[in-house]
Amino acid sequence: MPDATGLELIAQELRDTLPGAVLDTLHFRGEATITVERRQAHDVLAQLKRRGYSFLASLHGVDYYPEEPRLSVHYQLLDMDAVDRICVKVRMGLEEAQIASVFDLWPGANHPEREVYDMFGIVFDDHPDLRRILMPEDYEGYPQRRDFPVGGEPVIFTYNEDKIPGWTE
Amino acid sequence: MEITRAKLGAPAVDGGGEEFRIQQQRARDMLRGDLTDAELEAYVEERVLATTLDKVTAWAQGNSLFPATFGLACCAIEMMSLPGARLDIGRFGFEAFRASPRQADMLILSGRVSIKMAPIVRRIYDQMLEPRWAISMGACCSSMGVFNNYAIVPADKFMPIDVHVPGCPPRPEALAHAILKLRAKVQGNPPRGWRERYEAIGTEEVVGDADRPGVNAVNVFQSGETQGA
Amino acid sequence: MTALSDYRRREESVTYSAEPAGMGLEQEMMTVNMGPHHPSTHGVLRLILTLEGEVVRDIKPVIGYVHTGIEKTAEQKAYWKVIPVVERMDYVSYYFNAYAFCGAVEQLLEVEVPKRAQYLRVIHMELNRIVSHLIWLGTSCIDLGAIGMWWYAFREREQVLDLFEMSSGQRMHTRYFQVGGVIEDIPRGWVERVKRFTRTMRHRSEQYQALLDRNEIFLQRMRHTGVVDEQSLLGLGVTGPLLRATGNPWDLRKAAPYCSYEDFRFRIPVGTTGDNYDRYRVRHAEILESCEIIDQAIDGLPEGPFITEDRKVALPPRHELATSMEALIHHFKLVTEGFRVPPGEVYHPIESPRGELGCFVRSDGSSKPARVHMRDPSFVNLQATAAATRDTYIADLVATLAMLDPILGGVDR
Repeated sequence: MPDATGLELIAQELRDTLPGAVLDTLHFRGEATITVERRQAHDVLAQLKRRGYSFLASLHGVDYYPEEPRLSVHYQLLDMDAVDRICVKVRMGLEEAQIASVFDLWPGANHPEREVYDMFGIVFDDHPDLRRILMPEDYEGYPQRRDFPVGGEPVIFTYNEDKIPGWTE
Repeated sequence: MEITRAKLGAPAVDGGGEEFRIQQQRARDMLRGDLTDAELEAYVEERVLATTLDKVTAWAQGNSLFPATFGLACCAIEMMSLPGARLDIGRFGFEAFRASPRQADMLILSGRVSIKMAPIVRRIYDQMLEPRWAISMGACCSSMGVFNNYAIVPADKFMPIDVHVPGCPPRPEALAHAILKLRAKVQGNPPRGWRERYEAIGTEEVVGDADRPGVNAVNVFQSGETQGA
Repeated sequence: MTALSDYRRREESVTYSAEPAGMGLEQEMMTVNMGPHHPSTHGVLRLILTLEGEVVRDIKPVIGYVHTGIEKTAEQKAYWKVIPVVERMDYVSYYFNAYAFCGAVEQLLEVEVPKRAQYLRVIHMELNRIVSHLIWLGTSCIDLGAIGMWWYAFREREQVLDLFEMSSGQRMHTRYFQVGGVIEDIPRGWVERVKRFTRTMRHRSEQYQALLDRNEIFLQRMRHTGVVDEQSLLGLGVTGPLLRATGNPWDLRKAAPYCSYEDFRFRIPVGTTGDNYDRYRVRHAEILESCEIIDQAIDGLPEGPFITEDRKVALPPRHELATSMEALIHHFKLVTEGFRVPPGEVYHPIESPRGELGCFVRSDGSSKPARVHMRDPSFVNLQATAAATRDTYIADLVATLAMLDPILGGVDR
C-alpha cells in the first residue's frame, strides 16, 4: 500500500496531467483511495495502469444511500511488482449513473461491469456486451440498491399454507 | 381456502371400494372352492396376482431409485459424498446417478434454487418419467433458510417435494436417511394425487414459448412471471 | 420489453473466433446449449457454444443460476451474523470466505488477533485448501472419465471433514472463525490426528500421481490443451493456480503475507506452459505444500488465548458470566445488537484455493455492514473460459473447464 505521502504524490501527478480529475484522497487503515471525477475516470485509470498499477483486482459498485451522490464504482488496482494497491472511487448520482467502460484497458472488467450494471443500474459506455448477468433477463429493478427491498416470503407449512397469498387458488 | 383432498384416500385398483364384509365373503367362497372357472380366474387376477405384482414393482422401484446428477450448491458436495467410500449408498441401490432426467427416478434438489433456476428445475422434473420422486435437501430449497431474500424461491412453490431434509447443509447420513424414508414411501405406494395441485402428474414434453414462436425457450413461465414465482 | 429483446439479441449473436473453413451445406455452424443442468459444468453453469463440426468457434457463459443475493442479505445482519452467510458463497472453500470477511472487519476495528488464533486459522485454511483441491481433483477426473480417482479423493476429504467436525462441530460451513480469533480452542487429540492426516496425505498424493501421471489417456487430454499465456490471463484478472501454471509465482501468502504466513517456510509451485497439465500439477503440488505449512503450524502452535481479549468484539468466556456484571453486559450487548464498527471502507484480499479472494466491507458506523462485496476468484477466472477453449475441440472444452475449477456458488454469490 502506498503510505499517505505516496498517495499524495500519485494524486499530484494525476492533478498535473488531468486537471480537475482528482476530487479527494483518503488514507484509511493502511489503504489508499482516490476519488475521481466521473467523466475523467477512464483517463485516470489508464494513467494509473501505465504507472504500474496494471492489474485490476476488483471492480464493484456501492450504494451510499442516503448520502449524495448515491452510487459509486470502485476499482481496486494492484501493482504486482511493487505489491501495492490503490483504490479508485467514482461517485455519481442516480440520474447520471453512467461511466466509461474499462473493458479496453482490462478485458477482465467484462463480468464485473455487467454485475454492477445488473445490481446497481450503472451503465457502462462502450461495454461490448452490457446486459444482466446474475438476475433473470426480464427482471425489473436493481436489487443491491439500498432502497430495494430485501424480499423474502413466509415459510410454507401445512398449517399456514392456505394463508399465504398465491399458494392455493 | 379449504383444499379438497377427497381423492387422497381413494383406492388405486378397481373393486377396492367394495365393502370389507363382501370381500371377506368372496374370499371364503374361494377357499371353499365355490368359485369356478371364469369367476375364479377373475378373482385371482383381481386379488392375488394384481396386488402381489404391485407390491413387487413397488419393492423393486423403491430399491433402485436412480438419482439425477443434479447439483445446485453447497448441498451438492455433500450429496456427492453419498456414493463415496464411507457412506456407500450403493448398498441400498441408489448409487447410479443418471445424467439425463429421462433415466432418473429421483431428483435431489441439493442447494438453493434461484428465481432464474426455478423454471429449469421444474422443466427437469417435468421431463423425468413416471414414477418419479423429489427430495429437497437442505434448508434453502425447503424453506429458503438463511437466504430469505429476493433471489431465492423454495422448491415447494413450483414442484411437488416428497421428502424434505433439514440442515445447512445436511450431513450425508441425513440424506441417506431421507432416501431410505423415500424407499419406505415408494414401497408403501401411496396415491400421488396431491401432485395435481402442481399439475405435475405426468411427464411433459418440451413446450415452446407462445410469446416467441420458434424459440424453445428455457423459461417455462411466461416472461415477467419469474418474479416471485 | 426492449431490454429483454436486446438481451436475447446479444445472447444469440455469434462472433466467430476464426473464419469458418467452409460455410457449405456440409459445414454448418451449430449452436449447442450446454447446461445449466450438465454433469461436466461443475454446477449450474450454462454455456452457449457455437460449433463448427467439433471445434468450438464461439462460447458464451451464462451465469446467475445460483445467485443467492448473499451480499444483500449480509447488509441486513449484524457483523458476526454475516460470517455464516458469506461462508456459503464459495461453498468449497468456506474457511477462506470467513477469513476474508473477518480480516476485513478486524482491519476496520483495528483488533489485534492473538498468535494462537492466527496459527489455528492457518491450519484450518490449509486443511480447507487440501479439501478444495481434492474436490477439484475428484470431480475433474470424473469429467475426464477417470471415475476411480473420485473415490480416493473423497476418501481423504472425509478425513479432513472429520477434523473440522472435531474442532467446530460441523462438516461444512463451520463458522469457526470469529472476528478477533476463532470460536473455540481445539479439542484434545486434534493435533495428533492432524499430524496423522498430513502423513497419510503425502503418501496418498504420491498414489494419485502414480495413478494419473502414467495414464496415457489422462496425459493426452491434459497436455497442450487450454493454453492461455500469462499476459492474457493478467488482463482477464485471473489469479491463483491458473496464473501460477503459466510461471508467474503470484501468491498473496508470499507477496503480502497475512495471518502469520510469513512464519512458515513453503514453496510456491509454478508451471511452465500454462496448459491443463500444468494446472493439474500446480494444484497437486499445492496439496503437499499445504501439508508442509500445517506441520509447521502444528509444531509451532503457540500457547495463549484463541480469541481477542477485547470484550467489545468477542464474547466473554462462560465462567465470567456468573461472577462479573460487566461480562454479562458485554454478553448482552453482543448477542442482542452486535458490535459497532467505525465508519470506513476496506478491501481485504487473501489467497483462496482459486486465486485472490477479496472482501470489501463498507461500514457506516452501525452494527450492520453497509455493503459487503466478495471479489470471488471463480467469477473473474470464468472469463478465461473463452480464451482457453476457442478453436479447440469440445472434448478439450470439458477438460479445460474442469481444470479452471470454477465454483458456481462463488461465481453467482
